[in-house]
Amino acid sequence: MAKKAKQTFQSVIFYTGAVALSVPQVFVFAWMIMTGLKTGSQNISYPPEFIFTPTLENFKAVFQQHNFLYYLFNSLVIAGLATLISLILGLPAAYSIAKYRQGKIGIMILLARMTPFVSYLLPWYIIFRYLKLIDTYTALTLTHLIITLPMVTWLMVAFFESVPADLEDAAMIDGCSRLQSFIRIVLPLVRNGIATSAIMSFIFSWNQFLFSLILSGPKTKTVPVAVYNFISYGKIDWAGIGAAATLIVLPVSVFAFFVRKTIVQGLTMGALKD
Amino acid sequence: MSTALSTISRVIDRRQAVIYPAPAVIVLFLIVVLPIVFNLYLAFTKWTVGLGQPRFIGLDNFIDLVSDERVWNGVKVMVYFSGLSLFLELVLGLLIALFFNREFRGSEVVQAIYIFPFAATPVAVALIWRIMLNPEIGVLNYLLRSIGLPGSLWVSSEQTAVLSLVLVDVWKWTPMITLIVLAGLKSLPPDPYEAARIDGAGTLQIFWHITLPLIRPVLIAALMLRSLDNLKEFDMIYTITQGGPGTASETLYLYSYMVGFGFFKAGYGSALMVVVFLIVLVFNVVMNRLRLSAQNR
Repeated sequence: MAKKAKQTFQSVIFYTGAVALSVPQVFVFAWMIMTGLKTGSQNISYPPEFIFTPTLENFKAVFQQHNFLYYLFNSLVIAGLATLISLILGLPAAYSIAKYRQGKIGIMILLARMTPFVSYLLPWYIIFRYLKLIDTYTALTLTHLIITLPMVTWLMVAFFESVPADLEDAAMIDGCSRLQSFIRIVLPLVRNGIATSAIMSFIFSWNQFLFSLILSGPKTKTVPVAVYNFISYGKIDWAGIGAAATLIVLPVSVFAFFVRKTIVQGLTMGALKD
Repeated sequence: MSTALSTISRVIDRRQAVIYPAPAVIVLFLIVVLPIVFNLYLAFTKWTVGLGQPRFIGLDNFIDLVSDERVWNGVKVMVYFSGLSLFLELVLGLLIALFFNREFRGSEVVQAIYIFPFAATPVAVALIWRIMLNPEIGVLNYLLRSIGLPGSLWVSSEQTAVLSLVLVDVWKWTPMITLIVLAGLKSLPPDPYEAARIDGAGTLQIFWHITLPLIRPVLIAALMLRSLDNLKEFDMIYTITQGGPGTASETLYLYSYMVGFGFFKAGYGSALMVVVFLIVLVFNVVMNRLRLSAQNR
């Protein structure tokens, strides 16, 4: 009987905890969507309305008046390119670090993580202005690589380390060159890692604000800058912000949901190991 | 043609250790090391972007920044903001990780919901927080008042601006600490626990004498990782307060951005960025020492 009471007590604690942890997250998420579904005047009325007739006008306005589809396209291109290039450069590098224990690249990556982004930004801005590359995909993709390339490389090292060396040796006995064995044997074995690091890289590039704030312009504006621009000269379009924020946050949240199990490795970037 | 290809393939094979990482290293050198060197050079010059050429002025920028009140304010705000938010994220992250470590029905679902803020675009969610924190029409004050508590001025007051930013930072980043610590907890060896239970140790004793010492390296690693981004928090502060009211929430990092891109003083801005970099570097070297000594114990 006492055991049963203890069990009930424990499950009460667990469910209280579960509710306490979920409510703030769900609330902010819901408030974002609700802000997007309310009219401008509903958004600044007090007390705030919890029950209202939703309108899709803001979402329509975001696309029609603010050209949001174009900014989504920009973000997609830049995050996609940065991720693709990071994979092409990062996969062989990570493989080599895992196999030949090369620490120097690790130090360079750590340097990239540690340096304040602003310190890159000023030199980059000066160089790109000189090369007339401000407001181009080239400039934005290159700067996003500062974040995504180290992330992909470091994440993949852990995955490559888990590939047994015998498999490759066997492949080479069968007449594969090292390059072939890397492409045909090793890469398919780490496809989970590739998927995870690609998604992580995409999320962090998609979310990047500072580089785009300075280096983009009307042609290459990305979604974080576009939503920020709903604030203009003291007048804030809350309804537009709600709709735009929802459109920006939803895709990356869905992505993150799928890789949440392996995300830790991407976050720790080897910090848990030596 | 095919002989050329096989020759290339053979060269790649023989020099695999050098050739595989070479492209990444070259690109990283161009996009990471070169700008840092350029930034370091600029720190010793006086230059307004767009006007003339950088002029070498030695250590003048560094001498100037010692007597710049906004620098000291920036350091103060940085220590206050980062100290408090890192502390809270670490403590809460550990507690919540312990909670999730005892798997219960539905814990998977709760975890999936709980980690949502981590991937959410910082600027987008910061804007939503800005609406919610509004003292007049914000939903947070409405909720506080409806349970009989007084509302707060949140980011509109110098006293509570940093605290409000800490709240948002804790909301967004505690899940990340939780995930890392949880991974650490799951990989702890079972033996000490069994021994302790045989000795009749209580839950609290087990936590204090076994879990905490074992998990300490992971906690420090999580703190290091989080501090890398926290010490240079930009998006959220820039979106919610822009360092205001006045300079009440202007961290050194934000100030260095303002000098570089608000006033376009490249030389002085670069000197400030070098200082921020050194602070992050020293913090991490110290933490790494702590981590290694915690591991070797």
